[in-house]
This record gives sequence, structure tokens and C-alpha cells, in this order.
Amino acid sequence: MRSGSHRLIRSLDRGSAVFLAAMVAIMVGVPLLNLLVPPTSPFHISTYLVALFGKYACYALLALSIDLIWGYCGILSLGHGAFFALGGYAMGMYLMRQIGTRGVYANPILPDFMVFLNWRELPIAWYGFQHFAYAALMVVLVPGVLAFVFGWFAFRSRVTGVYLSIITQALTYALMLGFFRNNFGFGGNNGLTDFKDILGFNVEAETTRAALFSISCLAVIFGFLACRAIVASKLGKVLIAIRDAEARTRFLGYRVESYKLFVFTLSACMAGIAGALYVPQVGIINPSEFAPGNSIEAVIWVAVGGRGTLAGAVIGAVLVNYAKTFFTSGFLAPYWLYMLGGLFILVTLLLPRGVVGSLHHWSALRRDRTSAAAEDGVTEPAPAE
Amino acid sequence: MRFGRACLLILLLGFGLYVGCSGAHAASLDEALSHFAADDFDQTEIGINEVAASGSPRAEIILRALQNDQLMFSAARKTVYIQDDSGKLFDAATGEPAAGAPPDDLDNVRINNRLRGTIEAALGTLTLLSKDADTRFKAAQAVFKSHEASALPTLEKAIAQEANSSVKLAMEQARAAIFLNMPGVSDAQKLAAIAMLRHRGDQDALALLADIPSHESPQVARAALDAIQAIQTRLAEWDVVQDAWYGISLGSVLLLAAIGLAITFGVMGVINMAHGEMVMLGAYVTFFVQEAIRRYDPALFDYSLAIALPLAFLFSGIIGILIERSIIRFLYGRPLETLLATWGLSLVLQQAVRTIFGPDNRNVGNPSFMSGAFNLGGITITYNRLWIVCFALVVFVALIGLLRLTRLGLEMRAVTQNRAMAASMGIRTSRIDALTFGLGSGIAGIAGVALSQIDNVSPNLGQGYIIDSFMVVVFGGVGNLWGTLVGAFSLGIANKFLEPYAGAVLGKIAILVLIILFIQKRPRGLFALKGRAVEA
Amino acid sequence: MKIQERLERKENEAREAFERTLLFIEGVTVSFDGFRALNNLSLSVAPGEMRAIIGPNGAGKSTMMDVVTGKTRPDTGSVIFDQRHDLARLDETEIALLGIGRKFQKPTVFDSHTVFDNIELALKADRRARATLFWKETAREDARVEQILKIVRLSAMRDRLAGNLSHGQKQWLEIGMLLAQDPKLLLVDEPVAGMTDVETQQTAELLKEINSEHTVIVVEHDMAFVRELGVKVTCLHEGSVLADGSIDEVSTNERVVEVYLGR
Repeated sequence: MRSGSHRLIRSLDRGSAVFLAAMVAIMVGVPLLNLLVPPTSPFHISTYLVALFGKYACYALLALSIDLIWGYCGILSLGHGAFFALGGYAMGMYLMRQIGTRGVYANPILPDFMVFLNWRELPIAWYGFQHFAYAALMVVLVPGVLAFVFGWFAFRSRVTGVYLSIITQALTYALMLGFFRNNFGFGGNNGLTDFKDILGFNVEAETTRAALFSISCLAVIFGFLACRAIVASKLGKVLIAIRDAEARTRFLGYRVESYKLFVFTLSACMAGIAGALYVPQVGIINPSEFAPGNSIEAVIWVAVGGRGTLAGAVIGAVLVNYAKTFFTSGFLAPYWLYMLGGLFILVTLLLPRGVVGSLHHWSALRRDRTSAAAEDGVTEPAPAE
Repeated sequence: MRFGRACLLILLLGFGLYVGCSGAHAASLDEALSHFAADDFDQTEIGINEVAASGSPRAEIILRALQNDQLMFSAARKTVYIQDDSGKLFDAATGEPAAGAPPDDLDNVRINNRLRGTIEAALGTLTLLSKDADTRFKAAQAVFKSHEASALPTLEKAIAQEANSSVKLAMEQARAAIFLNMPGVSDAQKLAAIAMLRHRGDQDALALLADIPSHESPQVARAALDAIQAIQTRLAEWDVVQDAWYGISLGSVLLLAAIGLAITFGVMGVINMAHGEMVMLGAYVTFFVQEAIRRYDPALFDYSLAIALPLAFLFSGIIGILIERSIIRFLYGRPLETLLATWGLSLVLQQAVRTIFGPDNRNVGNPSFMSGAFNLGGITITYNRLWIVCFALVVFVALIGLLRLTRLGLEMRAVTQNRAMAASMGIRTSRIDALTFGLGSGIAGIAGVALSQIDNVSPNLGQGYIIDSFMVVVFGGVGNLWGTLVGAFSLGIANKFLEPYAGAVLGKIAILVLIILFIQKRPRGLFALKGRAVEA
Repeated sequence: MKIQERLERKENEAREAFERTLLFIEGVTVSFDGFRALNNLSLSVAPGEMRAIIGPNGAGKSTMMDVVTGKTRPDTGSVIFDQRHDLARLDETEIALLGIGRKFQKPTVFDSHTVFDNIELALKADRRARATLFWKETAREDARVEQILKIVRLSAMRDRLAGNLSHGQKQWLEIGMLLAQDPKLLLVDEPVAGMTDVETQQTAELLKEINSEHTVIVVEHDMAFVRELGVKVTCLHEGSVLADGSIDEVSTNERVVEVYLGR
């Protein structure tokens, strides 16, 4: 394995290959079944479902970003929803500027809520967001810079474990309070909504939704491959080393804070992209996305799927959110929070490796047992000689 | 602005009245009452002043009836009646029940806001001569507020015969307020009045001084300006005191919320995200107790908190022990997992309360000793806040005492310092774990009783406190109760001092940012333990 | 011996010690909440030397290691490495990169990495994040890892997860990781705790072998093991040096017997 030629190919074990194949099939298949199969056919996938699956894909990317830092580096961020929401706001601002004169007040520059608040000029923070490229840059840059600055302070002073978790939660809480305010300049309570089009395509159109779905899947695939490459590199091994024994890693001469900062920032950028893809599909972004509960819920997706397994993060995000959709839409709605709360408790108590992690573990155990048996037959371990 | 305009109105009014009523001293009550039958605001006004000036013992009753829309008149019979709550009619002048059937054209003596002011002032004048010192004091305050010149003669009379010094002061201040706005008063008198108001030194005095007419002599104007400045300085100083008090009050709330956490997180190292829900449960216990009292024995209402305290402690404590035994003990040494599991638990508890009691705010009342407020210098202190500050400190001291002086406290400290050694000394460590967690939860429960007095009792009550509580414990230094105390009060005070500059929300954000920066400097909090024990 | 003579000799010794030392600890004091873990400690280690540090619990042995490796900052005093670097100003990473390796009292390895990966991570290489992201293994490094595995007798375990090793094997793996770092100075904290007699014997041999190329400081309670090493011994007590010399000198020293060895 170690002598493989290309990094990416080397990093792909069978499970990953199956996962990627499935993702590609979904990415292509779902839009086709939506657009080409007539609604009367049993194979037709409704536009509602496409939008729903698109949302799941964004959640999956968020879960990947959390898994990268939590599963592989032991950093439990309870504030990743903040990066997700910041990415979402950057995209939302682009979409708001695209509305132009089609808004209620028909102001060519100012979004409706600013006219409503009697603002005369566009705040500086909104400059440039009429250009998609600039907005796309901000989608990555804003969460990235925030994560970098925050991480630089936190990791340098060796804030670890639950302390880090709590201050990340405080971070997203503070941002939520800020974004709820009207004079913060991002729509206050109501957030940004009533989007019309993205890059000239109507956001409500079936084809746009299908395309957004495919792009979200593509983002998950790229996110997966990027994480895979990182995890399989020596840097990935250092991350796991930090997770297992941070002091040891430091005494080996690794600058732990640089590694953490790198992976934390990268993870925040991924979360930002996930948020940016999320907003046009759900049609709104508001401050409640910053709620601490959202971030911690995203963590449980990863825990359910299995932290430290990238495919597990994706599967966990989809499983939990599917369950959420299923339960909150029916007569079981009052029981959903019991289910979610119970999930937190049961997974940590009974399934700490998560679904995929446990599967891996069991198969590894079986392999170990057979190989150990084989070894025992041939040579005895050396030091006892 | 509105205040200024109101003052101007009162001024004009007072002037008019002064002129109007000067000739009407000797009018009899009957004559005075006849004005009410005219169904005209100006006539009614004259009537009010004449009734007040009549010196009749019925005057106050009549004016109060007018104030409460209970004064009726019949134009045909030219009689004025008082109608009581049951609808019975009495002759206003004599107080005798009205003879015969009620007149057909019975109608209210209508009043408007202007007249309401006049009635207030008139009543103030009347009660200035009351036998009860408290009533006289209130009357003097009323005159101060209205500062209507019509009250001056009575006021002078009252001052002359007043023996009680604080009442006399209030009356003199009222006179000063009148002088300040009355034409034809000498500069010397005005200067004395300004000095008087300067001495009083509150917002009302400031408003009076600020509204001083512009045509006054330069001397008076200068004195008024000086007085304004002096009062403003003084008020600014009191503002600082007020902010400090608000800060202490917020600090005591934070202390209450965090102190249980200081046990579970600080001492045991267990991160309990459901801590806020323990607080919430305590608040619901209070609600439950009050409901039971309302239903079965309302007389006990003032004791509801005393009854709720032990119940809340036990209830939250037992829930805490159940949580420790069923979930947390399996997760020792895995803080991140504990965090997730207890977060899940908090969702379940919230939803359970929502299912049982509904999602809305529940009404928890203040017992009588916790309602009301008093003034201390230039600030107002409400009793509920005061009691909560005291209560927080008592809980803190009791907890310190428990840890220092009791067998249980000794064993708790032993287990947290060296589990293996404690176990080998015969301490049942798992029992101590459960009890310690129960203690922390129970304290959260009694915090809930206190917080139910100032916060909305809803299933989300706890969520609002959890981040703040963790901030307090982290800021103060984990494992140190004194750190929690200092942390709570410094965060509370810092918050309240930032609020006027940054607003409530930005103040909160600023505090969070400051704590994050503070953790850079001292990652282990204000009162950090050092040494190898911490690293282990 | 005359007092004058003794003083002179001591002075000379001190000067020599400073001129020819790898590690020079002078007047270091560390206190935790009023408790002095190190009290005006002075100590020097020459290049190529192996030094054994003994002393009762709380004598400051581990704190001394913490100070040298940057985990704890001294309140006063200086720690000079290689006559140039003041370790009191550097953090763990910088000190490690200067060439000081440390084995913990409790064996600390990367449980979820294989034995091979553990050694490979420790192998002297560019430690910066960017370098590790684009790092590619070379045949030379591979051979070096295999060589170290052979030295610490873990070749057969190379693909096992480190978490599944026995206690003794973990101790050895950690020593192997130290070797892979190729440090100038190795600090080894209680290497034979929890080992069988045979393993202890082997470890002594291993350390002697390592000492042929590296300077080593060993903290150990096991007197038989220290005797086996046959090197200069320093006994610490209450945060400062109580006695030093050969194992026989130290073990017959009145005060050492009194506070540590027992009669």
C-alpha cells in the first residue's frame, strides 16, 4: 500500500471507492429521475425531494468538515454552525443583490430590508456582493479568516478539550446575538430571503434545483477526496497523533498549533461552502442558523455515522436528517426532540464508534484475530525471547 | 420635550387658577358644587378649586369621587350626587342617601386630563393639612410634581405649622418648585428656591431647573445653571452606583446559576450541559408549589418560596443522581462524550417539561416580601433583586461550609484529589460521585427557585444560563469556588458597565470576546490551580 | 584535605563543567502554590555522558524533566543547552527541535497508529505542516525505521496498532521513537517501571547501546537497574541535589540512606 503511485488512488480503500461510486450515481441519477422521468412514473423523484436531498448534501459536507477536525484531530467544535451560516450569509448577500428592482421597494441597490429601515446607502460590508466571484471568494474567506483568527488565539494558548468546545459555542452564540440585531446590517431577525435568481437562473426552477443538487453532491465528493488526501498524508498521521497524545507530538518537535490551525481553518472553509450551497436551496438564511443547538446537532450526525470515518460522517448526516424530516412532518413531531436527545445519549453510551466506525472495528477485529493466529503459528513476538 | 410642554401647560394653568380662585375664598360648598352641574370643563375647574377652598370635611370625598368618575349631576334638579360602586346615590353636599327615585337626566361630571391634574393638585393641597404625617409627605410630593401656584396659600400654612422635619423639607421643596415657576417672585426667593432644588438633586429637580423661564435675571439663570451642573454630576455618580448595583444583581444571578456547575464541572470535572435544565426544573417546582398553594391554601402564599426551596433541592438533586447513575458514570474520563450525552439529556428534559406544562411562560408570583422597592440615595432597589443577592451569598457560604466542615465535604474533596487513595481509605467513591453530582444539581434547583422570581418560567429558562455559567466557571478558574464567586460578580458588573456604551447585546458580545482574550492570558482562569495535579 | 584545596578544586570543577557541558542547569527554582518542587537546583551533564537520577517521590525528578523539555517554566535560574540555548525561554516544540527527546513516565505512544507509523512520525524530518502534507516516503527512511524497529526488537510488530502492545513493548516503542528523533540528549523517565526482570536487563543493555551515540539522562527508582547501568548517579531530595558520584558512593552516603534508601 505504501508504495502506491498516486496519493489519491493510494488513499482509496474499497469502502471509499464504493462510497464515491454511490455518490456519483446519486449525483447523476437523482436529477435525471427528476427531470426526464414523467411525474406519473413510479421512478420519478419530485422536485421537493431533490431540494430535500440537496439540503442533506450540504449537511453532509458540514459533517465532513466537523469529522475532519473532531474525528482526526480531536477538536470538538460546537461552533461550526457559525462558519456554515457565515458562508450562507455570503451567498445570501449575493442573492439579495441579484433581486435588484424586483424587490417590494424596487430599489436597484438597496435590499428591501434596508429601504424598510430607512437606510440611504449600502453598508460597506455589502460592497462587491453583486459579483458572484467576489461572493464565492467571501464564502470561503470569511469563515476561513474567522477560524484562523479564533484558532490562532485558542490553539496558541493551548485551549483544548471541553474548554475549546465551550468557547466555540460562545463564539456562535455571540454571532447569533449580533446577527439578530437590525443595525448589524444583515437583515436582523428575518435574515435574507425572497431570492430571485442565481447567476441568471431562477432559484425556484426545477432545472436550477437539480443543478444545485448535483453541485452539492459534487462538493461532497470533492470534500471527501480532499479530506481523504489529508488524512492519508503524513499530515493526517500527525493529526491523529495529536488526537491521541498531544504532548507526545509536541515533544517530538511538531508545532501542534500550526497543524490544528491549518485543519481548523480548512474545515471552516468547507463548512462555509456547505452553507453557501444550502442557502439557495432552502431560500432563506437567518440568525437562527447560528444557534448553538444547530452546531451541536451537526456533531451528533458525525457521532452517529462514526467519527474518524469520512463516509460515516456523510452517512450519519443523511440518516439523522432523514429521520428528522420523517418524524417532524407527521403526528410524531412532539416526540422528535426525545428521539434526538435519546440519540445523543445512546450513541455516546452504546455506539461510541458510530455506525460505520463499528463496522470497521468489527471487521478489523476479525482480521486481527486471523492474522494474529497465523503469526502465532510461525513466530513468537520478539522481546520476550 | 413632552415634559417641557406639560410643564408649560401646568404653568399657564396654575397662573390662571391663581387668578381665578383668589376671589372665591368664601364660597360655600353648595355654591362650589353648583359649578359641576354646568357640564362645562371650565366651570368644573372652578368647582374643583372652590370645593378645595371651602374647608368642608366633604371636600376630599367629593374630589375623589370626581377623580373616579363617581360624581354625578342632574341639571334638572341642580343637584350633585356621589354614586357608589353598587350604584346607590348620595347627596354630594351632605353625604345622605338621595331621596326618591334617581333623576332621569343623571349624568357623570365629565373630566379630562387637564382637570385630572387640577384634581390632583387640589387633593394635594387638601391633604397637606392632614393629621397623618405620611399623608402630608405624599401631599407635599404631589404639590412638588404639579407645582401649581394655587397650592401656595395652603402650603405656606402647612409649612408654618409643620413639626416633622422631613415632611417640612418636602413642603419647602414643593414651595421652591412653585416659586421657580411663578411670576412676581423676588430674585432672592428664586435663588433660595434654586438652592433648595439643588439640595434635592434628583431628576425632578433637574427638570424643574431646566425649564426655568428664559426672562429671569442673569443671577438667577447663573444659579440655575450651576445647580443643574451640580445635580448632573451627582446624578452621574449615582448612575455609577446604580450600574454597580445592577452589576451585583446580575452577578448574583450568574453566581446562582454557576455555583452548581462549579461543583459538577469545577470539582468533579464533569461537563453537564443539562445544568441549565436543573435550574429550569427548580423553577417549575416553584410554579408547582405555588399552584398547589393557590388551590388549597392561598394564605400560605408568602411561604411558597420557603416550601419550594427544599423541594426543588431534592427534586433536582434526585434527578441529578439518576443522571449520574444512568449516564454520566459510564462516561468518566471522556469529557467530550459527556458533553454530547448531557446535551441530549437537556433536549429530553426540555421537551418533557414542554409536554407536561406546555411551551408557554408560567406565572410564578412574588411573595409580598419580595415585591416593591425602596430608595437608597439616588438609586432604586427592588426587594426581589436584593433578596436574590443575599440568597446567592447565603448559598455560596453554605456550600463552602458544606465542603469544608462536613464529612460529606471531606470525602468529596478526597475523591476529587485522589480517587484511588480515597477508595483505599474505605470511601465508597461511586456513592460520593453520585452525591456530589446530586449536590451540584440540587443547588441548580434552588437557583431555579430564586430565578423564577425574576425570569420567565418556561422550558427554555435553563438554556439562557448555560453559556454564561460556563463562562463564569472558566473565567473564575475551574475547581475553585472563590473563583466562581469573583468570576460571577466581575462578569456581572463588567456587563452592566458596558451596557450603557455598547447596548445590551453588544455588551454581551464584548464580554464573550473579552473572556476569549482573557483565556489567552490565563488559560486556567483567574484562580488557577497550578502543579501536576491539574495536568493529570 | 584542606578546606582551601577543596574549594579550589570545586571551583575548577565548576568551570570545567560549564565549558564542557551539554546541559547546564543552574539555580533553578519552581514552585507550585507555595510548594517548591525545585529548590535552587544545579546540575550539569557532559556530552556523551549517561546520568542516572534517583530520589524519593516528590524530590523533583519529573519537574526537572519538565523544566528541561519546556513543559514547565522555572521561576528563577537558567537551563543552558549546548552552551548556547536558554531552554527557559523556549517551548516544547523548539526544545525538541534543538535535539532533546523525552520519554514519559507513563508510556505514551500513538495508540491508533501502527508501530511502524509511530517510529516514522518520530523520524527526524521537516516538521512543518506544509512539508508533511506533501511528504513522500523514501527508501532510506523506510530502512531507517526498520533498523530502529530492530534495535528495539519490535520488527515483528511493525503493522500492529501501538494501542495493542503490552506495557513493556510500549516502553520500548517509545524509546525507539526517541532514537528515531536522533536527539543530542535523551531524557528517559522510569523506563523499566512495570517491566519483568528480563525486560529490565534488556532495557539496560538497550540504553547502554543508545548511550554509545547519544547523551542520556535516566530517572529511575529501580536501584538494581541503576547499578546495571553503571554510570554516575545524582540523588535529588526536596528539589535540590543531595549527593552525586558513582552508585557505590551515593548508596553509602549517610543522607541518601536516611532520606531515600532506608537502613
